[in-house]
Amino acid sequence: MANIMYWEAIQRAHDEEMARDPLVICMGEDIGVAGGTYKATKGLYEKYGPLRVMDTPISEGGFTGLAVGASFLGVRPIVEIMSVNFAWLAMDQMFNSAAKVRYMSGGQLTAPCVFRSAGGAAHQLGAQHSARMEKVFMGIAGLRVVTPSNPKQAYGLLKSAIRCDDPVFINEHELMYNMKGEVPDGEYFHPLEGSEIARAGTDVTLFGYNISVHWCLKAAEILDKQYGISAEVVDLYSLAPLDRAGIKASVSKTHRAVIAEEDEAPVGVGSEVIAIINEECFFELDAAPVRVHSALVPQPYNHTLEKATIPDHEDVVKAVLKMFGKA
Amino acid sequence: MKIEDKKRVLREMVLHRRFEERCYQAYIERKIGGFLHLYPGQEACCNGVMEAARPGHDYVITGYRDHVHAIKCGAEPKEVMAELYGKETGSSKGRGGSMHIFDAGKRFMGGYALVGGPFPLAAGIAKAIQLKGGDEIAICFLGDAANNQGTFHETLNMAALWKLPVLFVCENNLYGIGTSIERSTAVVHQHKRVAAYNIPADECDGQDIEIVYEHARKAVDHVRAGNGPFFLELMTYRYRGHSMSDSRGYRSREEEELWKQRDPIFILRDRLIAEKAITMAEFEAIEKETDAYIENEVIKFAEESPEPRVEDLEKYVLADRDTQLPWLTGKAA
Ligand SMILES: Cc1ncc(C[n+]2csc(CCOP(=O)(O)OP(=O)(O)O)c2C)c(N)n1
Ligand SMILES: [Mg+2]
Repeated sequence: MANIMYWEAIQRAHDEEMARDPLVICMGEDIGVAGGTYKATKGLYEKYGPLRVMDTPISEGGFTGLAVGASFLGVRPIVEIMSVNFAWLAMDQMFNSAAKVRYMSGGQLTAPCVFRSAGGAAHQLGAQHSARMEKVFMGIAGLRVVTPSNPKQAYGLLKSAIRCDDPVFINEHELMYNMKGEVPDGEYFHPLEGSEIARAGTDVTLFGYNISVHWCLKAAEILDKQYGISAEVVDLYSLAPLDRAGIKASVSKTHRAVIAEEDEAPVGVGSEVIAIINEECFFELDAAPVRVHSALVPQPYNHTLEKATIPDHEDVVKAVLKMFGKA
Repeated sequence: MKIEDKKRVLREMVLHRRFEERCYQAYIERKIGGFLHLYPGQEACCNGVMEAARPGHDYVITGYRDHVHAIKCGAEPKEVMAELYGKETGSSKGRGGSMHIFDAGKRFMGGYALVGGPFPLAAGIAKAIQLKGGDEIAICFLGDAANNQGTFHETLNMAALWKLPVLFVCENNLYGIGTSIERSTAVVHQHKRVAAYNIPADECDGQDIEIVYEHARKAVDHVRAGNGPFFLELMTYRYRGHSMSDSRGYRSREEEELWKQRDPIFILRDRLIAEKAITMAEFEAIEKETDAYIENEVIKFAEESPEPRVEDLEKYVLADRDTQLPWLTGKAA
């Protein structure tokens, strides 16, 4: 096991796959000579050259479509969208071309593309650079969506996404690229579907994904130490499809659910998980499920207002205590 | 340009330079957060064009490198600084930040963070001017790399088709973040790209304000006279990194030095000295006065201004509900 950073894990997955298959290529703004805004493609330009590590113009709609077109002929492009906020410009090609081509062509064409992007809110980047957009991607038929919460997942999910014949969107997080964690030394393919129990517990399930898994883990620690509440943390690394069986299994055990998301509430991961709970195990519930989420405002620049929009582990703790009638 | 105007603009350009340098310092001191894109090196572009246009009357829109454009349109420097400090007194009430300076009263229609986003907005502003029959023009300042967005081509086509009163100013500083123009763009000289849309275009040195002014005057006159859009390319250079996290590994110190020898402020200063309109001592006094003004009025105001209140978090998300009730409830009289 190597203890490496999230960005290094992503870089390693690129490197291994590019070394194995000459049709694996990557592209994006400043990913080549500059090595990538978050270093996720560091050193690849020097190793694989400009034909396979492409510094693109600022043409998100154009180069994303180009990648999709190349994938029709078996190329496996990994497209980096510098920030998820810019993905709006690429969505036409992701949604209308990549996600639908297999169906529209009756299975003749496929678009085995990987789209990676830095999501989440960082620090004071303002309304047009702080959007959380998981919700936008997770309702598109034909598109898989995964979101790594640690370096092992970042590595293994990218490896599997490159090999998978479906288009996959990988939602990373601006604040997590320097996070360290254990990654297997040997090749490792993380499942693209399912969920993971990040911490076992019996009294309540805390659902998180990406950065909110860490709020949940921290909250579980506090709930255990200070309040004697045993929380289970479920890491929903796959957002499309969501793991119905995993959600059902955990709620059937704990009978309570809190969903923590950095995104705003409407039409989001939380609403979807609650719908699944209703459909799969409504009568197992001892309390109404609760969402912890951001305020529905364009991200304010001001630091204090920004903090007020985004939840953290304390909000998760509060939600659980309220559910248990302790607050 | 008239001597008096040149002297005034020199003073303004010194303010623009020192303001930006002071932002740099405030960022290091963590008074300013988020992304910060500074303008030193490019002052003659904004100033030259706006001297030929009518600041406060013509509509201006730009990207994230927007402080100087806002100030040139008439925004109060102290309100721009307060915005960077995230204060309630800021030009966007602390909600926008560096990339989103707005001053609608001065017809500065804002800074936008998505590359290429302002192109069609500028054309839309021009459309509104056309409908309302005013003599204003819309001016869109953007970088070279922005021209690789589809919005560039789509907007040029519409602007030409509908003869919209919009002036596109391309500040070609040769880089889009860390990628040089040769590596991102098939054509280095951007004015060549607009020929296909039947839009007249021009290119000139962007470091010498008098040259910019002469070319901009023709451009502005063309648009204001109702002849439709114009595209003006200014060859320039940004002295600092793209934003604060940029160590400029993609370009050489020699290249930077060459461009620093063509500093727009020094070009104008030296010309005015040669014309005996000012002395070096007077120039140095301007710098000192400017620094004192920035410290005593601009920074002080930003420092002492209040933060927005958390209770107001949802203010400005939508129109004030009470004003919209007939439409929200369907009970219009
Ligand atoms: C749609 C979109 N894609 C990418 C970015 C990231 N980005 C910000 S500025 C920039 C370079 C723009 O260069 P240019 O248009 O030449 O303007 P300059 O910064 O040189 O003034 C890039 C790629 C963005 N903000 N928006
Ligand atoms: Mg540029």
